[in-house]
Amino acid sequence: MTVVIDRTKSPNPNGDQGPVSAAAAARRKAGEGGGSLYKPRTPIYPKLVHGRWRMIKWALLVATLAVYYIVPWIRWDRPGDLPDQAVLVDFTGRRFYFFFIQLWPQEVYFITGLLVMAALALFLITALFGRLWCGYTCPQTVWTDLFIAVERLFEGDRNARMKLDASPMSFDKLWRKTGKHAVWLGIAFGTGGAWIFYFHDAPTLIRNFWVGTGPMTAYVSCAILTATTYVFAGTMREQVCTYMCPWPRIQGAMLDNHSLQVTYRRDRGEPRGPHKKNQSWEGRGDCIDCNQCVVVCPMGIDIRDGAQLECINCGLCIDACDEIMVKMERPRGLISYDTDHAVASRETGGVKNLYRFVRSRTVFYAVALTIVSGLMIWGLTQRSAVDLHVLRDRNPTFVRLQDGSVRNGYTLKITNRSFAPQTFTVLIEGIPGAQLKTPGAAIASDRLSVVVKPDEVRAVRVFVTAAPSAISAANMPVRMTMTSPTGEARVQTNFLSGEANAR
Amino acid sequence: MSEHERETDAISGVETTGHEWDGIRELDNPLPRWWLWVFWACVVFAIGYWVAFPAWPGVNSYTQGLLGSSDRRDVASALVELDKVRGAGAAGLKNASLQQIEQDPELQAYALTLGQSVFGDNCATCHGAGGAGAKGYPNLRDDIWLWGGTLDDIAFTLKHGIRSGEPEARISMMPAFGRDKMLTPVQVQDMTEYVVALSGRPADRPAVDRSRQLYADQCASCHGVDGKGDQAQGAPNLTDGEWLYGSDRGAINGQIHNGRGGVMPAWGGRFSPETIKALAVYIHANSGQ
Repeated sequence: MTVVIDRTKSPNPNGDQGPVSAAAAARRKAGEGGGSLYKPRTPIYPKLVHGRWRMIKWALLVATLAVYYIVPWIRWDRPGDLPDQAVLVDFTGRRFYFFFIQLWPQEVYFITGLLVMAALALFLITALFGRLWCGYTCPQTVWTDLFIAVERLFEGDRNARMKLDASPMSFDKLWRKTGKHAVWLGIAFGTGGAWIFYFHDAPTLIRNFWVGTGPMTAYVSCAILTATTYVFAGTMREQVCTYMCPWPRIQGAMLDNHSLQVTYRRDRGEPRGPHKKNQSWEGRGDCIDCNQCVVVCPMGIDIRDGAQLECINCGLCIDACDEIMVKMERPRGLISYDTDHAVASRETGGVKNLYRFVRSRTVFYAVALTIVSGLMIWGLTQRSAVDLHVLRDRNPTFVRLQDGSVRNGYTLKITNRSFAPQTFTVLIEGIPGAQLKTPGAAIASDRLSVVVKPDEVRAVRVFVTAAPSAISAANMPVRMTMTSPTGEARVQTNFLSGEANAR
Repeated sequence: MSEHERETDAISGVETTGHEWDGIRELDNPLPRWWLWVFWACVVFAIGYWVAFPAWPGVNSYTQGLLGSSDRRDVASALVELDKVRGAGAAGLKNASLQQIEQDPELQAYALTLGQSVFGDNCATCHGAGGAGAKGYPNLRDDIWLWGGTLDDIAFTLKHGIRSGEPEARISMMPAFGRDKMLTPVQVQDMTEYVVALSGRPADRPAVDRSRQLYADQCASCHGVDGKGDQAQGAPNLTDGEWLYGSDRGAINGQIHNGRGGVMPAWGGRFSPETIKALAVYIHANSGQ
């Protein structure tokens, strides 16, 4: 029997004991206070900034949130019992709807194609203009921006927030903090609450959700997204980008010296230093070391250190610096969208504004994107509304009838992707005078007529009988053809009769 | 392994357990604190579980637990639920005739699915998974039927069986002509040639001629003058290529001598009328009719 003895506490507290674990060693090494293996988050208090890029960010924030919240409510009339929601991922009905496109689960490769397109577009945009996605449209950026705006509403701007956090608990601090977290949770709930409408009919679900009869998946998804939104945008913020997101690491391969990035123009800014009024600008750089670019940064970095993994290229430091430059009566654009190559070129007295759009990588991404988009469009326009699968009976492979003729059984799976009932004519080619019969039909005939309901797959049993004179081989290749006014399908299969019957 | 004094390791400063394996000693490091917490949490959980759920066996019973949970009862109620779910589908079969079931695409699909499952569980043992039969067990996929192949014929056979002992069972009796000394071995031999000739195969002419009168007297009442059989009596057609007990002379001779007849159980007592209907439609559909 194992005896559990707690020795986490030293039996001899005064004795000189070696480290008992890596964590303990690290704790010991870190000394008093810093007893963690993990780097604690340094709080960041981004200051509100005004300017061109901030305006663009506000506009995109409103636009992207509007798309997210409004899309599930767009109606799109479809016949019969089919859902009238323009964009719907219908797991129960196993369909994906996007306006005039309807995809079946077996066509999931269109979604794959879409993801490939999105990736290539992201690569192209990044190679040309840097991390536009990160800075303006990534949900993490948008929601964090929104949460910081709420924080500012309750706790004031940077200095007020820093003072509040440093102050002891008081009624004022309590209501501000409580109010902020309450609104954050409200937004987080709204985020999770909107997500679920993409998976069910929105007007039905919103009613069922509130009366408590919604599907369990809706409540669980809503709860999970509420929690992640609150944690990611409220408390983790830049840590998500720096530690969790793979994209900052991948971008190193996308960017080159010619990519536009938020850049501190060190050729113009250095040597930096404080500047007194009426002091000459001769022999020094334009950067007055006011740190405005640092205090507005939501990632807590100094852009003057150059391009770095943490920088999401949001452009807020551009606005902050421009504001100062105007005050200093110096030209704007000390921090600007620029390329490493241009900066280096100006430093050596070369061409002033060198910018090359056409580079081997941008051409490659553009060509790849064009090819994939072309394939997608071709695939979508060419895909058939009908589909035929033929499953040959294997047990028994064939049956010999009283008069010596041979019968094979098949199961036909006929897919009707259109929104109207279709009547298909099924024929078999390759056996002279073959007779087709389906259960329930009065007589056998050389063709079958099968009605398939809209948006359905129907399995039909078909028995093919060949007269002894028509059997030329033990294994005859045959072709099932299926035609309807909207399309046709052909499937190669076999008619087996055994050596004895083929003679 | 040998026992040693507990001592303090010079490098790490941690006490050893005092055990030694080929010179290797083990540091007696404390358990990780998280592990301890999980351990105690499990202990607390286990005590709670004993109180809330059935846990301890007694002599005649067991501790029931405060929550009154019972897997046995859950299974019973789940089975009741299952019956309800199946009832919804079976209602369609209940009210429709066999012909209506086969004509209606949705009822047919339901019957075929149900029929396939029931066939696999109960019929495939003798008739084969695909229903193609075996020696002594009729092939259900062709157009040759001993007792008739219409939907109603099949349903009747399923319900009452063949030679099953059920009052309404289908009964036919091929006499054991040889074994019961109704015919001499030579006559059985000649009759074998006659039956071979009936199925259009070359046979010993004199033997056939010798048997002609005997066939009319002994066999024609059931198998018909022309040998085409009679489904009303379950008498097989002797002119086609299908032979339940084998087609060669030895097998035919054996059948005239012994007069074998198989037994098909009556399923009416075991299956609901809806299941019999589904099975009949499944067999009828797969026979290509």
